[in-house]
Amino acid sequence: MKTLLNSPSVNNITKKMSSLHFVIAILFVSTLYVTVCNLMFAEGSLLHVSDYTVSLLGKYLCYALLALAVDLVWGYCGILSLGHGAFFALGGYAMGMYLMRQIGDRGVYGNPELPDFMVFLNWTELPWYWAGSDNALVMILLVFAGPGLLAYIFGTLAFRSRVSGVYLSIMTQAMTYALLLSFFRNEMGFGGNNGLTDFKEIFGFSLQSPNTKLALFVATAVMLAIGYAISHFIVNSKMGRVVTAIRDAEDRVRFVGYKPQHYKVWIFVVSAMLAGVAGALYVPQVGIINPGEFSPLNSIEIVIWVAIGGRGTLYGALVGAIVVSYAKTRFTAIMPEAWLFGLGGLFVLVTLLLPKGLAGLVTNLMDKIDPPSTDNKPNSSDGSANTSTNKSADDSILTAENK
Amino acid sequence: MIVDKHGSPLSSVDNLKPDTRHGMILYVEDVSVSFDGFKALNDLNLYIGDGELRCLIGANGAGKTTLMDVITGKTRPDQGKVSFGQQIDLLELDESEIARAGIGRKFQKPTVFEALSVFENIELSLSGDKGIWTALFHKLSGEQKDKIDEVLQTIGLTAEQHYPAGRLSHGQKQWLEIGMLLAAEPRLLLVDEPVAGMTTQETERTAELLTSLAGKHSVVVVEHDMAFVRSIARKVTVLHQGTVLAEGSMDEIQANKAVREVYLGEEQA
Repeated sequence: MKTLLNSPSVNNITKKMSSLHFVIAILFVSTLYVTVCNLMFAEGSLLHVSDYTVSLLGKYLCYALLALAVDLVWGYCGILSLGHGAFFALGGYAMGMYLMRQIGDRGVYGNPELPDFMVFLNWTELPWYWAGSDNALVMILLVFAGPGLLAYIFGTLAFRSRVSGVYLSIMTQAMTYALLLSFFRNEMGFGGNNGLTDFKEIFGFSLQSPNTKLALFVATAVMLAIGYAISHFIVNSKMGRVVTAIRDAEDRVRFVGYKPQHYKVWIFVVSAMLAGVAGALYVPQVGIINPGEFSPLNSIEIVIWVAIGGRGTLYGALVGAIVVSYAKTRFTAIMPEAWLFGLGGLFVLVTLLLPKGLAGLVTNLMDKIDPPSTDNKPNSSDGSANTSTNKSADDSILTAENK
Repeated sequence: MIVDKHGSPLSSVDNLKPDTRHGMILYVEDVSVSFDGFKALNDLNLYIGDGELRCLIGANGAGKTTLMDVITGKTRPDQGKVSFGQQIDLLELDESEIARAGIGRKFQKPTVFEALSVFENIELSLSGDKGIWTALFHKLSGEQKDKIDEVLQTIGLTAEQHYPAGRLSHGQKQWLEIGMLLAAEPRLLLVDEPVAGMTTQETERTAELLTSLAGKHSVVVVEHDMAFVRSIARKVTVLHQGTVLAEGSMDEIQANKAVREVYLGEEQA
């Protein structure tokens, strides 16, 4: 009975309150460090951070934002989306279109209006959906509206018909696969197989310049911080509690008087928009967007990041995305063919040994070092973030016995 | 379309009040439901009075849970009429609208939000706007906190209010679920097997709780435990093969020959 009272989930308000500040502080410090070391220290210096590393880190941060988006729907609402890569890619294509138009007459064919691939296809004018694509504001709007609209249509159809669980996951895979196939077609007007590439500048700044790369990295860090703050706000609001309730007992939520389908569509759309922003920041940093980004495998990889980091914690998603992406960079340099086996093995191990991912491991360690007191301070109005990470009663009993 | 007494349409179910001027809160008339040819409900008629405490009994497959499903919008009947008060046609509303109109339901298996605290479980169940934007910017008012405290007191879980609901005992979960219903301030409570898996002591407390609710709310209890039914019921309805077999006080029911044959007879055998 004593162990029941010692539940770690209900009284670590301090930990919970600080998670937002903590993540933002780490992001700020590391961004500042990278910026300073990139600008102030010359190449060859021990403290120098190369331009290549800056771009690589920028890429990781895009992945982190994408993982955050998946954690929001999967970790909190129980919607296992295996198609979030599609939203990421759509955001990327919105940015890619804008960047293509910025090339102007510097392309191979020197056509001031049409991107190279359209000239190559003997097109004489821009398709209607490219209208306004040279305008930065239109691009920003599209980054949100494209993924958001797709998520809204898909979500409305799926959640209204009460499709859930494995069936929903399979449908999301089918969605991204269908988009992969259609974007491969030249007639789609998005560069077919090759996608969009050869970008020259963004907002008038050369993409080849180290300063632009650094600025993009900083912008990604800022967007990640904003995305994190928004997600934190959502999961700690009553909305977050309703969504968690839907994850655990959807029928009950319905009989309490909520319409779960509305909540699911809403959070799915917000998540898709976050993924779209991640894609839009990703494209100028890697210099290309092609249909490969719609590959079902990509979407599965995102889910693995979140699982490894620990779902339903937000920060776990960031950690998972960055750690696994870093491992991938290292691993594929040594033995590229073994990476998928490594990733699969990692996923199996984490599922078996760390069901709550790295975040769960950290929480357990922290509880061991600093066991939560038995006095439950009443403050339940924002308790969902942490209670959801400590769902099973078993681990608190273990912790209590171990100390 | 649903209109109020002046004939103007009501925009939201939240404004609906069941019309109980004839003393009845629930009308179930000639309802039939079949699943793949099996008639789960067969021309069933049931009327629940305002403020009444009614027990529904019947063997497995008699249609008790299907009846609950029909009333709460989970299952659509093939034919028949179900109305809340005289004027609210429940067949036009979905589950969440029915819940907001004032019908609360407790499931057979206790269903609470396990990851959330007891307090939060009650908080989510409070009556009021259940829309997305309200939820996003919602702050608990003092009045709502008082209401939650009151419910916690009623179900005896004040000390456990900050526990995740998943760690409650089975009996406590049953009470929490009843508490969630109370928080919504329903006019009609449908309670499916509230004492399944409870100790004798817990059963007694549940009986007290349900009896105290009658009057203020109308309560329909489905239960197998005959001793429990005897301890709370003033009026009992026996279901058999999807229709009402008998209705009356517990003594009348026990004296009823047909009931003895199909239900009590089986139990004693």
